[in-house]
Amino acid sequence: MDNASPLRRTLALIQGPQTLGRGRRFWAGFAVVLALACAYPMFADSYDVGNNVYFFNWLFMALGLSLIWGYGGSLSFGQTAFFGVAAYCYGVLTINLGDAYGLTLFSLVLAVACSALFAAVLGYFMFYGRINGVFLGIVSLSVTLVLERFMAQTAGPEWAIGAARLNGFNGMGGMPSLTIPWPGGPIVLYPDLPLYYLTLALLVVIYLGLRILVNSRFGNVLVAIRENPLRAEMLGYDIRRYQLMAFVIGSALAGLSGVLYTSWGNYITPASMGMTAAALPIVWVAVGGRGDLTTTLVGTLLVLIVFQMLTIHGSQYALVVMGALLVVTVLVAPRGIVMALVEGAMRLTRRKEAR
Amino acid sequence: MVDSLNLVFSFLYQFGDAFAFLVLSACGLAVIFGMMGVINLAHGEFIMCGAYVSTRAAHAGVPMPLAILLGAACAGIAGMIVELLVIRRLYQRPLDTIVATWGISMIVTQGMLILLGPSMQGVGTPFGSFVVGGYSYSVYRIILMLSAVATLAVLWLMFTRTRFGLLSRATIQVPHVAEALGVNTNLVYSVTFGLGAALAGLAGGLYAPTMTLVPTMGASFMVEAFVTVVVGGADIFLGTAPAALILAVIKAGLTSWQGQLAGQIGLLIAVIIVIRILPRGISGKILRERG
Repeated sequence: MDNASPLRRTLALIQGPQTLGRGRRFWAGFAVVLALACAYPMFADSYDVGNNVYFFNWLFMALGLSLIWGYGGSLSFGQTAFFGVAAYCYGVLTINLGDAYGLTLFSLVLAVACSALFAAVLGYFMFYGRINGVFLGIVSLSVTLVLERFMAQTAGPEWAIGAARLNGFNGMGGMPSLTIPWPGGPIVLYPDLPLYYLTLALLVVIYLGLRILVNSRFGNVLVAIRENPLRAEMLGYDIRRYQLMAFVIGSALAGLSGVLYTSWGNYITPASMGMTAAALPIVWVAVGGRGDLTTTLVGTLLVLIVFQMLTIHGSQYALVVMGALLVVTVLVAPRGIVMALVEGAMRLTRRKEAR
Repeated sequence: MVDSLNLVFSFLYQFGDAFAFLVLSACGLAVIFGMMGVINLAHGEFIMCGAYVSTRAAHAGVPMPLAILLGAACAGIAGMIVELLVIRRLYQRPLDTIVATWGISMIVTQGMLILLGPSMQGVGTPFGSFVVGGYSYSVYRIILMLSAVATLAVLWLMFTRTRFGLLSRATIQVPHVAEALGVNTNLVYSVTFGLGAALAGLAGGLYAPTMTLVPTMGASFMVEAFVTVVVGGADIFLGTAPAALILAVIKAGLTSWQGQLAGQIGLLIAVIIVIRILPRGISGKILRERG
């Protein structure tokens, strides 16, 4: 291992102590799931494909929360704030810059950078103020709620940045979708095949990248801090810096969700940051199993699908069910329901092998 | 001269109004946090419960003060039920209680929307208004200010002069020793949570005549309550009350200068700066210097 190239050493971190799933069986399963996801549009109509892109959009935010909360142990309730900041930034930028010359992609990068910068400033005050878990949660939630209220009152014509009207509670619309400049005419990424594959590719890259990150030295230190902050500090790690970095990366992923969502629906409202919206990422990640990227991914996808089915069939009760799911998870399977199932299955197979 | 006096009165009124709102919305949260280290994210829903019950009672002809107390009592009972069913199992895991109470908050908010519809008819603000120097002020707001001070006074008496206060202070200091000396700590926790919920209900009942009654109304108290508790720290009298005083000055100043939202944003910026300087809040600072 030692004389392997740095690239190979980095890639070897794709499986390790901080992530579930290793060995040939897991990656074979991963390949099958990926192949199914790639083949899916052939069997589904374009509405379902677009709807799936909608699900995928949220997964980035969930993965980010898994990094902050599950791996870092910092309770952040502010994911939707960064989602909103990036979404509004993308809207303002693209409405002003237009969609030619790949400027939407430039706006995407800039909007995600804005949310990361916002996270860095807020995180600096929180982590370097050394506030503990409970306060971290309520400060980040307060920021989110105030941001929502701020955006909700921007109805008047004086609230415009360039050509972009913020439109208060009704939300901002009319921003162009992501557009890739192409020799044979630009490809506009409407919620259809190209966007599906782009989002899927992005998701795979980010998922694998995060796996490498959490198995690297950084991830190990982060987990050490979660397990025992004092011990990590005594071992000479600046825990504030590690927590801040995890917070910024996780929040930037929420920002990426925000941009993709805005581009997907050409629409963003302040309600996407409110109390209810802010609770949903917590539900996804808690139910899935925040301590692992894969269970977070699976859990989030499952909860999203169930939530949408409930909204269609029993519209009003969907949120009640989500709340109940959260309470039950905390009481019965505090490490997450998907996580509990995986651990149960692993224990069963191990017992069989032992016999 | 008269003009400047009017200005002073106007600022004092704004300040008192902000102070009352901060104290009343935060004290329930602060009691529970200070005693149990639990942040109750369903705090807003207990406020809503108090507001709905007292408004219903007022519609049914119950006199206003009694209706408000009824609202507080109902919220308190609801709080004890929640404690019994959920919170009690989570004392070892304070972070999980936040998440669980958030789940409860979602259930209650949406459940009320389904059961009682998007809004409920309120009772008008009683007692009319009085005029000072050309501006009119609401009498009821003055009553709210007095209620905030009275609430703090009653809490102080309760925690320093009654048996429950003694037992609960013993329980927060060293729970195991209190238990060994025969204190039923579970009961103390349960009553404390109920007290916190009842205080939230009281805030809801008191503010019900001044706002529109919607199932999500609790959220409009949350930012102020959070901010006050974070700035104040774990102790109600050394923390929440002085924090409310300081924050009320900021809020009243910014509100009269730039409007309601500026007041809120100012509070938030103040709190973010305060946590950088005083991570354990005002009471943490005072207690450390004293000890």
